[in-house]
Amino acid sequence: MRAFTFKQVARQEEALLLSDAHAGASPGEVRFIAGGTTLVDLMKLNVERPSVVIDINRLPLDKIETTPDGGVRIGALVRNGDCAHHPLLQSRYPALSQALLSGASAQLRNMATTGGNLLQRTRCTYFRDTVWTCNKRVPGSGCSAIGGANRMLAILGASEHCIATNPSDMNVALTALEATVHLQGKEGERSVAIDEFFHRPGTTPHIENVLRPGELITAVSLPAPAPGSRSLYLKLRDRATYEFALASAAVVLTAASGRITHVRLALGGVGTVPWRAHEAEAALLGKGPSPEIFRRAAEAVLQHARPQSENGFKVELARRCITHALTTAVAGGGEQYGS
Amino acid sequence: MAVDTGNNTLIGKPQSRIDGPVKVSGQARYTSDYSFSGMLYAVPVGATIARGKLLSLDTKAAEAMPGVRAVFHGGNIGKLYRASFLMADLVLLDEKRPPLADNDINYFGQYIAVAVAETFEQATAAADAVEARYAAERPVMNFDLLRGTELKQSDHRGDAVKALAGSPVKVDEVYSTPVQTHNAIELHATVAVWEGGNCTLYDTVQGVGNHQLVMTQRLGIEREQMRVITRYLGSGFGGKISAWGHCCLAAAAARNLDRPVKLVLSRRQAFESAGHRPATQQRVQLGASAEVKLVSLQHDYVNTTAMVEDFTEYCAEASPFLYSTANMSSSSALARRTIGAATSMRGPGAVPGSFALESAMDELAYQLRVDPVALRHRNEPALDESMGIPFSSRHLTEALNAGAERFGWSQRTPEVGSMKRDGLTLGWGVAVAAWGAGRFASSATVDLRADGTARVSCGTQDIGTGTYTVLAQLVGERLGIAMDRVEVAIGDSNLPAGPLSGGSLVTSSLVPAISRALDEASQRLVTAASLLPDSRWSKARPEDLEVVKGRLGLKANPSGPALSFSEVLQQTGVRSLTGTGLSDGTILEKPKLSKHCFSAQFAEVTWQPEIARLRVSRVVTVIDSGRIINPKAGRNQIVGAVVMGVGMALFEGTEYDPRKGVALNSNLADYVMTTHADTPDIDVIFLDCPDFEVNELGAKGIGEIGMAGVAGAIANAAYHATGIRVRELPIRIEALLKRNQTGRELKKEPWQTHPTTKTKPQPHRANDSPDAPS
Ligand SMILES: Cc1cc2nc3c(=O)[nH]c(=O)nc-3n(C[C@H](O)[C@H](O)[C@H](O)COP(=O)(O)OP(=O)(O)OC[C@H]3O[C@@H](n4cnc5c(N)ncnc54)[C@H](O)[C@@H]3O)c2cc1C
Ligand code: SF4
Repeated sequence: MRAFTFKQVARQEEALLLSDAHAGASPGEVRFIAGGTTLVDLMKLNVERPSVVIDINRLPLDKIETTPDGGVRIGALVRNGDCAHHPLLQSRYPALSQALLSGASAQLRNMATTGGNLLQRTRCTYFRDTVWTCNKRVPGSGCSAIGGANRMLAILGASEHCIATNPSDMNVALTALEATVHLQGKEGERSVAIDEFFHRPGTTPHIENVLRPGELITAVSLPAPAPGSRSLYLKLRDRATYEFALASAAVVLTAASGRITHVRLALGGVGTVPWRAHEAEAALLGKGPSPEIFRRAAEAVLQHARPQSENGFKVELARRCITHALTTAVAGGGEQYGS
Repeated sequence: MAVDTGNNTLIGKPQSRIDGPVKVSGQARYTSDYSFSGMLYAVPVGATIARGKLLSLDTKAAEAMPGVRAVFHGGNIGKLYRASFLMADLVLLDEKRPPLADNDINYFGQYIAVAVAETFEQATAAADAVEARYAAERPVMNFDLLRGTELKQSDHRGDAVKALAGSPVKVDEVYSTPVQTHNAIELHATVAVWEGGNCTLYDTVQGVGNHQLVMTQRLGIEREQMRVITRYLGSGFGGKISAWGHCCLAAAAARNLDRPVKLVLSRRQAFESAGHRPATQQRVQLGASAEVKLVSLQHDYVNTTAMVEDFTEYCAEASPFLYSTANMSSSSALARRTIGAATSMRGPGAVPGSFALESAMDELAYQLRVDPVALRHRNEPALDESMGIPFSSRHLTEALNAGAERFGWSQRTPEVGSMKRDGLTLGWGVAVAAWGAGRFASSATVDLRADGTARVSCGTQDIGTGTYTVLAQLVGERLGIAMDRVEVAIGDSNLPAGPLSGGSLVTSSLVPAISRALDEASQRLVTAASLLPDSRWSKARPEDLEVVKGRLGLKANPSGPALSFSEVLQQTGVRSLTGTGLSDGTILEKPKLSKHCFSAQFAEVTWQPEIARLRVSRVVTVIDSGRIINPKAGRNQIVGAVVMGVGMALFEGTEYDPRKGVALNSNLADYVMTTHADTPDIDVIFLDCPDFEVNELGAKGIGEIGMAGVAGAIANAAYHATGIRVRELPIRIEALLKRNQTGRELKKEPWQTHPTTKTKPQPHRANDSPDAPS
């Protein structure tokens, strides 16, 4: 771990001033710390090497509030555990609660925050171990995962430079729920739709999102749930808990008089970013729910899959994940998570 | 004096651990809890290549960092000796090359230096700052172990090859198990303290005596100069038997700097340089007659071992005697790979061996269209056919019957996928296993005290299995006192030499030693009677007196007057009286009887093809391991073993990248183990049939036998549920996706219809050229 300066701030302006002053030449010189469950881990591995760490835990960004349009605004510092167990979110956005509870462990969820979860880094082994080359960690050094151990990595949205998955469960639910991310920089506030927040790796896998240096995430907001809609999250993995997804799906769906009148589908564990399955949604909209339609929807998104040496099985797994999630959503079921 | 085996109040009854309260209240001091004034912290530096030569080290920057007291390497650490390894001494050491012995690198993470500083953080930063130059060679990493390896025959009878050729029904398959890492929750740690020429090591070890012997040799000092202390251990599973390199680094650093040194390995370092169960590949060939009798059994295997160390995982240990067959053979070989030294891990040999043999037996049962339990019954041997000697005890038939009954096996329908419950497909599987029973040589001392308490001391240790409690039971029972009146002193090499906690032999080794110590103490109590004021006792001839349940009485009048040992001591003015017991080991003797414990494992899995989800829902495990001294701790052992068996079947495996020989999942998030949510309902049955050939209480060991057979039973259940026979552990989703959701085999793997990204592995720029700094 590189030695660093630790600053605690109580006001947002202070945080922005400080981060701007230290943002400096190389990205990653200054980092906010929220729960620290990603940042400290990576600092110990010498992957994150900030010279300044700004503790934002005292900022008043820990509220969950309803918004005038019937939606909800979740502060960047709301702990994942609190968010998952919030009665309003549990009843109106079950996919979000389930996604959070399916992730990490109770201890981690008690520390982890909304903002930190949005920005958690990939679990690609080669990214996390400095003996390997990695384009995300050291741009231009080469991707060790291509032709290496890539079982966990992406089949959608990869490039020749990086095939890492975005590992977050929360992000998948937020994508299906069409969240908006609220940012505050020295130039002021701005809001970005979640679907536009993350960058695919392309030729610059080290640039993962639209965040500018020193910019702070202040909140995530969700629109009012579509009338009559149900939502759920389904996560498939090797063991029953405490593991990242091999494939997951968040579904928001309304069915009326035997037709699907509204549907949002996002996938996790398979894409370089939380994967919004627009083509699948198009294949479902207006159709009567049936196994055949669900399969076609899965095909619509998976036709773009480009598996690596070890993760070809994810195509079939994602197919089953999508069809089962849709089947369950229509039937009004869902999984219990939380151990 | 024989041990009174009837009328027990403590033995055979479930007892809570006597060390439970200090453990749950955080008062138990584990190795890394020891700190001393002036103590320094050491952090080892591991090689970042898996094979080649260390050309040079640059430690200047590290040495100049704040708080750093030294960076030791081969050139300045001082002499570390190769320990002599004599099986006759029962010295266990799986990495014989001393750390920093030369510049040859044979595995990734092999120690090349150690940084010592005032704080752990400073030492870590300094270790990171050490620069090494290497001449790298290609690691040797393939796990197709049988291919091209020449095997050496170890066991045979009859002509297995010919008999197989003539068998109407045959199985010939290859089974593989990956490298598995122990991952005891307590990390390996050493705290070394020198005073004058004497060294005390607070260490995480499964044998304080073994460690004392090895470390004495490593450091070139005399045995009386070395003391090893392990009061509590946060589990070992075999991984803490050997004295690993870091122990030497800590001890040598403390000696060189004349200050106490603490060294705690990181999880990653434990994966790299503190042992693992080697990978195995096993070919099992079975031939059977139409009458469901085995006519030929061949079990051939190869296991990985380090480039310069030999470790055999005896996968076919049980194969010569588990079943009756006239023709049998087994052969084996080692495959040298650029990974660290392998070592024992819970049920070494038996655990991977049982997976292979019992999977093959299940395949045979399907071919023969016979029930898998019935197949095993039909081939139950009358004696140990490998040595032509009887078993001291073997109740495998009863174990299978008891398990089948509890499990509800008679309800099983053998067709694949034919059993359902609550919308889930069920699979039921069975497997059996065997593990050796015997004793290590041991000594022990028991002091009887005038205040009515007793103290038992023995240089063994409690690795979490309940040894403290067993000792209190053994002594309390014989002396007729409550367990809280017995002080147990273990975990210190200064105490009378006791058994290593390995091979499930501790309890059976301790029984005779304690019994003899108590015999001697009782004899002394009888002698002391001559000093008693009451002439009834002082005039009695010693041969007319006896001690029963800690009370001195007249043999002729067992229900007559008696004096407790504390009364005798008080009346004679003696504070305490000591008895010492010795018992010999059985490991090296030529057996007249075949001594083993056995298990029968029954597993149920649930299968949801729609989401390719396989989970273990239920395990019934039947243990035939003699008399169980403490059923509560015993059950705890077996439950833990089943949990580990579930991990072996479905999750665990250390993965390496062959390009650099690096373990990729060397942390607890990526090395997938069983969580509580994955833990099935576990039903433990102890047959509790004493085997008095092993010791006077009839107790054998249980630590390993509980795990052996679990993975096989689960793999067999998985086949029953899915129709997919997975012969390579762990059973992962990718293997289970080979059939479509209705169970039909997919012609082409579904993803093969998708074009694969056309990308070649990128060249590794930074570290790949052989002598680039790393
Ligand atoms: C063992 C383990 C298992 C896990 N399993 C799962 C899992 O199954 N599923 C899953 O989804 N996740 C999992 N996680 C990841 C976990 O969810 C994330 O680590 C966590 O959400 C990060 O939140 P944090 O508040 O701790 O972030 P931090 O570590 O504090 O921060 C992460 C990053 O975000 C930046 N940051 C934080 N807050 C802000 C802000 N307000 N504005 C701007 N930048 C900010 C930090 O600078 C840093 O770069 C696991 C983590 C671990 C360690
Ligand atoms: S996949 Fe991405 S993160 Fe992983 S090694 Fe390649 S470039 Fe790095």
